[in-house]
Amino acid sequence: MSPWTASLQPRTPRNENERTYARSRLHRLAAAAALCLAAGAALAQTPKIDPWPGLVADIFHDRAIRPHEGVVALQAPVRAEDAAIVPMTISLVEPGVRVATLVIDENPMPMAAAFSFGAGAGVAKIETRVRVNSYTNVHVVGQTADGALHSVVKFVKASGGCSAPAIKDQDEADANLGKMKYREFTSENPALREAQIMIRHPNNSGMQMDPITRAYIPAHYVDKVEVRQGDALIFSMEGGISLSEDPTFRFVYKPDGAKTIRVEAHDNQGGVFKGEWPIGEAS
Amino acid sequence: MLQRTIRRLVFALFCLFASAANGFELTEIAPGVFAHQGQTALMSRDNSGDIANLGAIVGEEAIAVIDTGGSRAEGEAFLAALQQRSTKPIRYVVNTHVHPDHIFGNIAFRGTGAVFVGHRNLPRAMATRGPHYLSSFREAMGPLVDDVILVPPSLTVERETTLDLGGRKIVLEAWRTAHSDADLTVLDPQSGTLFAGDLLFLRHVPIVDGSLLGFLAVIDRLRAIEAVRVVPGHGLAVAPWPQALDAQKAYLDHLTRDLRADIARGATLAESVKTAGSSERPNWRLFDDYHLRNATAGFAELEWEAP
Repeated sequence: MSPWTASLQPRTPRNENERTYARSRLHRLAAAAALCLAAGAALAQTPKIDPWPGLVADIFHDRAIRPHEGVVALQAPVRAEDAAIVPMTISLVEPGVRVATLVIDENPMPMAAAFSFGAGAGVAKIETRVRVNSYTNVHVVGQTADGALHSVVKFVKASGGCSAPAIKDQDEADANLGKMKYREFTSENPALREAQIMIRHPNNSGMQMDPITRAYIPAHYVDKVEVRQGDALIFSMEGGISLSEDPTFRFVYKPDGAKTIRVEAHDNQGGVFKGEWPIGEAS
Repeated sequence: MLQRTIRRLVFALFCLFASAANGFELTEIAPGVFAHQGQTALMSRDNSGDIANLGAIVGEEAIAVIDTGGSRAEGEAFLAALQQRSTKPIRYVVNTHVHPDHIFGNIAFRGTGAVFVGHRNLPRAMATRGPHYLSSFREAMGPLVDDVILVPPSLTVERETTLDLGGRKIVLEAWRTAHSDADLTVLDPQSGTLFAGDLLFLRHVPIVDGSLLGFLAVIDRLRAIEAVRVVPGHGLAVAPWPQALDAQKAYLDHLTRDLRADIARGATLAESVKTAGSSERPNWRLFDDYHLRNATAGFAELEWEAP
């Protein structure tokens, strides 16, 4: 894949570090090749050091996490077409899940989004878009009512989503900062409602250096979003630079009769953005 | 059968001699106007990044070069070939936009004393994307990338600028975000030749790395430019104008139409990109390398339109 476009790296499975490592362990790989092929395992794609145990320590404070598919589910593409705009959908399979965390293991900022769901909100599904910086495992960790953690994992092939400049039109991004859009969809289940919140924001990663000043262009990203129906929380999100430019959340929830959807978003530079829409009248 | 074989052999030998003598193909498409056709391929070590169309316009006093290629090696070959066709000094090196296949060869022209010219956004685009391009192309291009030094423009175009090559004035026009956010075209009114840069793709699937709607709007404005022939950024080195725009307009129209329909019926991004614009597949090369990314970025852009 030719990668001069904004957000893509060449479609090769290795970044600089992995290439060096791969050369040095070539002999071991050759010996193990037959075994790998027989097992059908994606050994060639496995990161050199699995960052997951470290992330369990950092993000989840070494709490026990059980790999288990009955609590949360994850939909993610096997191969991302645009590494800076990768759609991922978390389904809350078991009722009563109050927290779900999306982790992109190999990203510079692996904790992509931590969602908390309102008690009566009945959130069934939430989709967002993220940046994927290199071939990686993606985990979703869901917390059940008893406080136990359960995880699912998918492998996603993409590269360059964080390090590549993602903003296609910087002038427009500056002019539109904080603007929001609300959309409603016909829900499959009549007792539920499906909606989408979109926020204009560059979500600058802070990983780009200004070649003239040699200083890093400061990170500027949405770090918190709260979505309510009336006063009742539907979900809140804490996140970082792994979210795509113009963060967006599409979610299924149980309406409680409230007349309005209210959104409040904060960014890491103190920006506060608010939106409110009558339910039934999308913007 | 034998005759055909002999003919093929003679033709092959002719090509061998021609390329050995020339090295870098430069065709005079109009008096004093030269164009080089890049390969329809991805940048690689094998092709030295030679995948974009380049050009030159020769006036009575001086030359303007339009884009420099995908590697220092290609830029040097281009310069050598140009110097065989004209001894006039190169006064300007114009970059049509920021992508590596058009600017990596700039370094080969730095010693000529030419002024580097680009869209007002080009210095910023090169500063923000340059380091990423240099590192990400290492895999595909290997050591050819190590020789690349990015040379930004010292002369930028706000909207329109005329450059004088001695008895021959060329018109440079800066566009709103379309293919990229730094698109610049070059018009030679004397011959009626337009250098479109990547605002026009032939054969090679169009790439949207700026704005889908912007690209459509700019195409409509380009059509009004008075020229008889165009040098696109990719594909045939020269094509009749403005008919050359039609295939690309169809691609962008079909993609936009399908994305809008998907958005209107509430499809998710993942669902939509599977089919949006896919009817265009038979018309383009490298479709599988770029189309889904165009669709993804296009969906995210069009989602913001009022329903």
